[in-house]
Formats: sequence, C-alpha cells, structure tokens
Amino acid sequence: MEQMIEEQKGKDSELYIILKNSWSNFFNFFKEDRFAMVGLIIYLFVGIIAIFAPVIAPYDPHEMLRYDGEYRTNAGPNSENILGTTNMGRDVFSQLIYGARPAVLVGVSAAFMVVLIGTLVGLVAGYYRGKVDTFLMRVTDVAFGIPFEPFVIVLVAFLGPSIWNIVLAMGLLLWRDTARVIRSQVLVVRERGFVESARVAGASNFRIIFRHITPNILPLALLYGSLAMGWAILTEAAISFLGFGDPSAVSWGFMLNDAFVSQALSRGSYSWFVPPGICIMLVVMAGFYIGRGSEKILYPRMNQY
Amino acid sequence: MGQSDFLIEVEDLKKWFYPKQSLIGRRKAPLRAVDGISFSIKKGTSIGIAGESGCGKTTTGKLLLKLYDATEGSFKFDGVEMNSGMTKQELKDFRRKAQLMFQNPYEALNPRYTIYQSLQEPLIIHKYGTKEVRRKKIINMLEKVRLTPVESYLHKFPHQLSGGQLQRVVLARSLVVDPLFLVADEPVSMLDVSVRAGVLNLMREVTSTMGLTTVYISHDLSLIKYLCEETVIMYLGSIVEKGPTDKILFSPMHPYTMALISAVPSSDPDVELKELNINNSITSADNIPDGCKFQDRCPYAQEICFKQEPLLQKTKNDHFVACHFSEEIGGKQYENRLCSTRSYG
Ligand SMILES: Nc1ncnc2c1ncn2[C@@H]1O[C@H](COP(=O)(O)OP(=O)(O)O)[C@@H](O)[C@H]1O
Ligand SMILES: [Mg+2]
Repeated sequence: MEQMIEEQKGKDSELYIILKNSWSNFFNFFKEDRFAMVGLIIYLFVGIIAIFAPVIAPYDPHEMLRYDGEYRTNAGPNSENILGTTNMGRDVFSQLIYGARPAVLVGVSAAFMVVLIGTLVGLVAGYYRGKVDTFLMRVTDVAFGIPFEPFVIVLVAFLGPSIWNIVLAMGLLLWRDTARVIRSQVLVVRERGFVESARVAGASNFRIIFRHITPNILPLALLYGSLAMGWAILTEAAISFLGFGDPSAVSWGFMLNDAFVSQALSRGSYSWFVPPGICIMLVVMAGFYIGRGSEKILYPRMNQY
Repeated sequence: MGQSDFLIEVEDLKKWFYPKQSLIGRRKAPLRAVDGISFSIKKGTSIGIAGESGCGKTTTGKLLLKLYDATEGSFKFDGVEMNSGMTKQELKDFRRKAQLMFQNPYEALNPRYTIYQSLQEPLIIHKYGTKEVRRKKIINMLEKVRLTPVESYLHKFPHQLSGGQLQRVVLARSLVVDPLFLVADEPVSMLDVSVRAGVLNLMREVTSTMGLTTVYISHDLSLIKYLCEETVIMYLGSIVEKGPTDKILFSPMHPYTMALISAVPSSDPDVELKELNINNSITSADNIPDGCKFQDRCPYAQEICFKQEPLLQKTKNDHFVACHFSEEIGGKQYENRLCSTRSYG
C-alpha cells in the first residue's frame, strides 16, 4: 500500500488534479456537441496556420513581387500567385496565411483578458455579495452601457494604432458578459454543502474561492473565453477595415481595407477580397457554434423547441 | 482548557433572519428561526435536538458552529464566550475543535477532490505535521471508519462512492483534526434504511472512543433514544421540553412531545395505541402569536395559553417543560411504545 501511495505522490498535488479535471470537463463538452467540435476544429486549424505561416506562405506578405523586372500588380490567380496579387504587387495568398497570426494573437490575448478579469470580478462579487457585489455589478452595468466598437476605435485612436492597444481596448470591455455569468454561477456554488464544509474545516475565504469555487466555474469561464475569441477577431477585422488598425500587421481586416480603398471590387478582383472575408466568417462562426453548444448543455431542455 | 464541566453553554440564544424590506408597503417581520434557547452540554456527553422540520434545529446547529452570528444571547465554548469580538486566530482554533457532519453526504465533499484530498484539506489548513504524518493520519482515520481496504478509496472521487460510504468519509473528514465537539445534522436521513444502522453504530463507537461531545439533530426520536443522554424538543424556535432522554421519551410533559412520540410507528401490534392528534396547520416562524406558540394546535389549550407565554420550568419529574398545564396532562407512560421501537442497535 505504501508503495502505491508513493506512486501517487507526484500526482496528488491539489492544483494538478483541479486543472486536470477542468480541462477534461472542457473537452468532454466539445465531444458531446458536434457544432462545438466543428468550432474547435476551426480554431485549431487557424492556430496551426498561424504557427507555420512562414513555412506555408510562398512569399513575404509585404514583398512587392517583380517578374522580369516588372511589378506584377492586380494580377488574377496564376501559377505563381494562386490568389493573384494586390495593386502593390503583393501575394494575396501569403497575406491570407500571415493574416492568421494577428487573428490568433488578438483572439487568444483578448480571451485571456476576458477570462481573467471576468472570472475575478464574478468570483469576488458572487462570493462576498452585499456592497462589493453591488459596486462591481454597477461597474459591469457601465461597461454594458458603452458601445463596444466605437469605444475600441476611440481608445486605439488615443493610444496609437497597435495590435496590443486593440487587445487592451477589447479586454477593457469584453469581460462584462463573463463577469455576470460567473457571478450568478458563484451565487449557486457558494451555497453548496462542500463550501460550508470547507468553512467548518477552517478554510479561509481565499482558499474557499480559489480551491473550491473556482474549479467548479472554470469550465464555464473557458467557454466564455472561446466565445470572446470570435468576437475579438471580428472586432479587429472591423477596426482594421475602417482603417484604424495596426498598419504594420497584415490582418484579414487590413486586407479587406486594402482591397476596398484600391477599388478591387469594381475591378472584379474577387480572389483578393473574398478569401479574407471567408476566413473572418469562419472564425466568427466557430465562436457562434461553440456558444450554441454551450447553450444546449447549460439548458438541455432547449432541444425540445 | 476551560475549568467548566460543560463544553457548551448556551443562554437565551437567538437567531432572527431579517427579510429584505421593500421600499413601499408594510415592514416585514423578522423570521425568528431560533428564539431564545438555553441549554448546556456536559463534556463527553451527547444531546439530541428533535422537532418537526422548520423548527430551527439546523439553525441551532449552525449557531453552535459559528456559521451564523447570533442575533442575541450568549454562547460559551469550553468556558470561553464566543462573541463577534473573537480574533481570526481564535476562530481558527475553534474551527479545529468544532466539526459538522452534514445531512447530505452527496453535497458535503467537493466533487472535484479525491477522498484523499478531501481528508487532507483540514490537516493542511490547521498545519498538521508533515506530508508523511498527514498521510498516516488519513489512512488511520479511514480505517477507523471501516473504509477498508483504504487504498481502494484514497484516490476515488465522491461520485464513485455510495451514500453510506460517503457519509463515512464525511465522518472521517470531520474527525481527522481531533475535534472536541461534533454536530451531526440529520446524519442518516438521506441514506438508505439498510445502511443507517451501520453508520449510526459507527458514529456511536467512534465518538465515544474519541471522547467527543456531540449534538445529534434529528426528527427521528428512536435515533435520539439510541444515541443521546439528553434531549431537547424544539417548537418554532423555542425549547418546549428538555431533560434526560429516558425521562422525556417515557414520560413526556408537553403535549407537543406527546404528539411527536405518538407519531412514531410501533412495530409491536399489541402495544395499545395512545394517539395524540394535533392540528396539522403549522404556524410559521415569521408570524408568531402572543401567548404559547403551540396554542392553535394544542388539544388542551385554554384561555391563559392565548395570553401568556409559558416559561421553561423544572417539573417534579426532573426535567424542564414550557407548558401551563404540564402537571395535569403530563406524566403518562409512553414507555411501551418506544421500548418496542428498536430500529437501531
Ligand atoms: N439563511 C436563512 N435565511 C432566512 N431564513 C432561514 C435561513 N435558514 C433557515 N431559515 C428559516 O428558519 C427556520 C428554521 O430553519 P431550520 O433551522 O433549517 O429548521 P430545521 O433544521 O429544524 O428544519 C425556517 O423557517 C427556515 O425557513
Ligand atoms: Mg434541518
């Protein structure tokens, strides 16, 4: 018996088990819902493309391509440029591949901020209740009152157009949904027997919040993080399309903007602006599918209607 | 260690819940869940609290564990007053000495903790020994509650165990820090009848070998008879009768106690049924009338009962009862009925 306990030694750290269980819950959810699975696959696919962009893309996305000393501008699909070139002679396919990078960067970091801020606010408000709760929920209401995209545009215009400022601006607002949902979940979990039993055992508030309540709301927080990812990518695209984005980052929104201002539409260069549009649509759909799956699981009776 | 013979001394303890007041309309009356109770528990003995659902038993238990702050009154633990002025360290000391066993074993353990982790938590909180010492202690405790072979339970999760096994884990968890005092709130009411006796026997054995002072909360009088030296009968937040268990159960003096006893089904068909039926309407704790709280359900109620609240008084039978007419109506022998009720043991 002693030996068997020894074997478990490395694995019995509380944190290890908590993390392991939250992750397995999170993935079980994707296994159960086919739409959510599709969403997850899209996210993973975009992630892989972002990581291997330099290997996949045939050209540098900024390089103005010359063939026989001539710039090749506004070319249609051909053997060297499968999606053609831009009006400045850049390879559209390479831009599309590199465009996954800002998308992933924006999506992941916005999701991280949303999960972190939203979960903390929700935990503190739901656990302490009373005045703390009232205060935090009023702050959340204010965040809900601010229109999202104009806020991001104004803040980015103010701080300077870099991708990190866009992420920051989104993080400052997008936590509001997560905070509300987590708070209501915490209000339920904190009344459960094991929380009281931890209190009787002498556990501090800190311990109860992070060791007992957090593991039970973490799957929900991760889910809201996945949703925020789609939102953040769409917002970055919108901001870039409107011309407020980071000029040095080739994002899908930037490509659309580039195509728009150089009148690609009237020239009928569909191979330039349709692919980035589809990419944006796919990641937003991924977020929607995951959200749809979560509703099915959180409210199982919805299937009946 | 205090000098007192008593581990728990409670004096006129009250817990009122104040409902949220709406801005307009009549002020809502507070809900008097526990409304001035007094009793004490000798070290190493056990006491039973009985009464129908909603009479304030759980609230009393939580007051004794400082899970609620009392609205009013005094609560001494081991001779020390447990008021709101106690420091964090004092409260933590108290948390080691006083433990709770829940009614619902399915809820009492964190579903994401293994049994080992659940038992280890109180030890970590109270900085008990090294990791090695803690492990020995946990294994020892699980053996004590007869969850053997221990290694097959250590790394299981709560949903993998049955109710009876879970309640043993809950018992082990509350006793692993060597407490002095244990409140068991309806410890077996959620379990299958077939495993109740096993869990109760185990509790009786373990608490007596550890010299614990215990409070058993139950609406099941045969459980209390089996486990407790003293009994307190509560009705709508007040004590209506208290004293040694045999006296209370064999010659009750309060009509409510009589009604509770006559509601216990008898297993012996020859026992003469001495029914005492009471009115089934239940007064709620936020709308308590003047006079005796039991007035509207009592078959013996007279004029005085509607005007004056009876105080808890010592009877010639050596226990305490709160009824104006206890001398006239009390003292009937109910012995036969509960003697034949041998559910446990
Ligand atoms: N946290 C609370 N807030 C408001 N009312 C409560 C609370 N806890 C218990 N009560 C009320 O106090 C009364 C006594 O409850 P309780 O002590 O749980 O009774 P018992 O355990 O004897 O069934 C009930 O009327 C109940 O509704
Ligand atoms: Mg109760």
